[in-house]
Amino acid sequence: MFDVHEMEVNFGPQHPSTHGVLRVLLKIDGERIVEAKPVIGYLHRGTEKLFEHMAYPQCIPHTDRMDYVAAATNNLGFVEAVEKLMGITGQIPRRAQLMRVMLSELQRISSHLLWLATHAIDIGAMTPFFYCFREREEVLDLFEKYCGARLTLNCMRIGGMPDDLPPGWLDELEAFIGKFEAAVDEYESLLTNNRIWKRRTVGIGVISPEEAWDWGITGPPLRGSGVEWDLRRAQPYECYPELDFEIPIGRNGDTYDRYLVRMIEMRQSRRILEQCIPLIKATPAGEIKARISRVIRPPEGEVYHSVESPKGELGYHIVSDGKTQNAYRCRVRPPSFVNLQALPAMAKGHLVSDLVALIGTIDIVLGEVDR
Amino acid sequence: MSDTTPTTPPAAPAAPAARTAEEILRDPLVAGPIERYRDAVTGARDFAGELTLFIDRDRIVDVCRSFKDDGWIYLVDLTGVDYSKFPGHTGPRFSVAYTLYSLRRNARVRLRVWTDDATPVPSVTSVWKTANWHERETFDMMGIRFSDHPNLERILMWEGFNGYPLRKDFPVRGIDTGARIYPEVFPAGGGPKAGSTGKDAKDVNLYKGEWPTYGVSPVAAIGGAKKAAPAPAPALTAAPAAAATAAAPADEDEDE
Repeated sequence: MFDVHEMEVNFGPQHPSTHGVLRVLLKIDGERIVEAKPVIGYLHRGTEKLFEHMAYPQCIPHTDRMDYVAAATNNLGFVEAVEKLMGITGQIPRRAQLMRVMLSELQRISSHLLWLATHAIDIGAMTPFFYCFREREEVLDLFEKYCGARLTLNCMRIGGMPDDLPPGWLDELEAFIGKFEAAVDEYESLLTNNRIWKRRTVGIGVISPEEAWDWGITGPPLRGSGVEWDLRRAQPYECYPELDFEIPIGRNGDTYDRYLVRMIEMRQSRRILEQCIPLIKATPAGEIKARISRVIRPPEGEVYHSVESPKGELGYHIVSDGKTQNAYRCRVRPPSFVNLQALPAMAKGHLVSDLVALIGTIDIVLGEVDR
Repeated sequence: MSDTTPTTPPAAPAAPAARTAEEILRDPLVAGPIERYRDAVTGARDFAGELTLFIDRDRIVDVCRSFKDDGWIYLVDLTGVDYSKFPGHTGPRFSVAYTLYSLRRNARVRLRVWTDDATPVPSVTSVWKTANWHERETFDMMGIRFSDHPNLERILMWEGFNGYPLRKDFPVRGIDTGARIYPEVFPAGGGPKAGSTGKDAKDVNLYKGEWPTYGVSPVAAIGGAKKAAPAPAPALTAAPAAAATAAAPADEDEDE
């Protein structure tokens, strides 16, 4: 079964670079990975089961706890899926739509900043961590000013938003996006042309576009492989169609390209936010909720709806029996879970130290993998 | 506050009037791939702009391959639903839903098969690699079996877990798994209780003197403490769950 030189070691679940409680069973030949087998489930909390036992609005805080560094997009996917089920997608006021887009893009920035910070520190670059957390702190402050929470935001409601923007929030956002472009330049000056960074990322974990589709990989890893596919464009929701942004794609499908894609995505998110500010100033304050029944009881049926979360396609598949205020079944299609599945294929033949880079580059959050 | 009768009836989905199964099957979206497998399609539904085709269970791999050859290269999601408590449902207990995406058409379609406890569903891992973990999860959570799957084992729960959590008859509070954490310390039936220190009661360094009579009595007695706390429940100080567990009669066993 084993070659004489092969041995089996556990990577994680307490290893700091597994970003949580991922365990990878490695079969290694010296430093080289012969086989990698992810073992997951350490953070399983039965979120889908809980969804079946709660009224739809009560589920929203539970969505926060799946991808806990990108709560706003989790909220967005869920409320939009329920709205689609109820057939009220078109009734969401424009101000609420813009607020949703702004919070999602801020969330994308903060999630990518956390990814960059930890990815760089895993590979050995300590400094970007401090720089990224400097800006991430400001994003979290903006979240806190809006909804009172920094991570588990619970910031959207079925039919609209819970509160209007507090006074001065847009000015603070403007101040933040005014300096964010320079901040991204600063991160890039540390890494993009860094010889060590390139030696650790170029040509590591190459995934071809065909393989990526076959594995169901979405989000930055798919775009890093050169596929120009983003749900914000492919299946637009809210007011994304009228916003101008570009979808970055990579050329080689390696870890370095995925890094570049995410860096450009942060800049594009900043651009979207910049466009949203005048648009939202033109909408009447206070119009943030559609006029819908207080009791959410969708008709019998099932929908699948997905949004582009910072990690990839985050989908909700809801089956409603039309009789109760609970979902009969709510399946979450988590991007981290699906992207992680390709890890063995990516890791094969690489060094153990590259595995650290690979776990970083697919950007998993174990709360979402295990739900 | 709790107006149980909604002021407006649930709005109908935005899609136009529901089409019949025959009309759905003629939809250019799906007409191509199912042309050769018309007899495998047992029904079709159109809700909120989403197409669902019901497929004969034994033909699902052929139908999926036909879809993939037609450009549906991306299996978005694969999941199971337990219909045993669905109002008015008759027929097989489980359904497996396959959500497919075509890049060229930029559209999704859903395939569904019916199955029951005993009958396995043919695995589509040979069509899309991504089905592997989805099917494992469906097996783990629902107990739906997939034939010809390369390694159909539990993925989120641990090996040997007795039950399928997303089945409708699985209690939401969980079950006694029989897991024994420190069996010499904790009684049979589970792990540490709320308020417990994790040590044998007689090894716990408890304050044996009198508690001052002013103020409130110690909130949660350590599990197995000799003296049952006679005090009236302190008003707002403690989490009620912790106090209740500490006073539960099961704790007295530990002392013996």
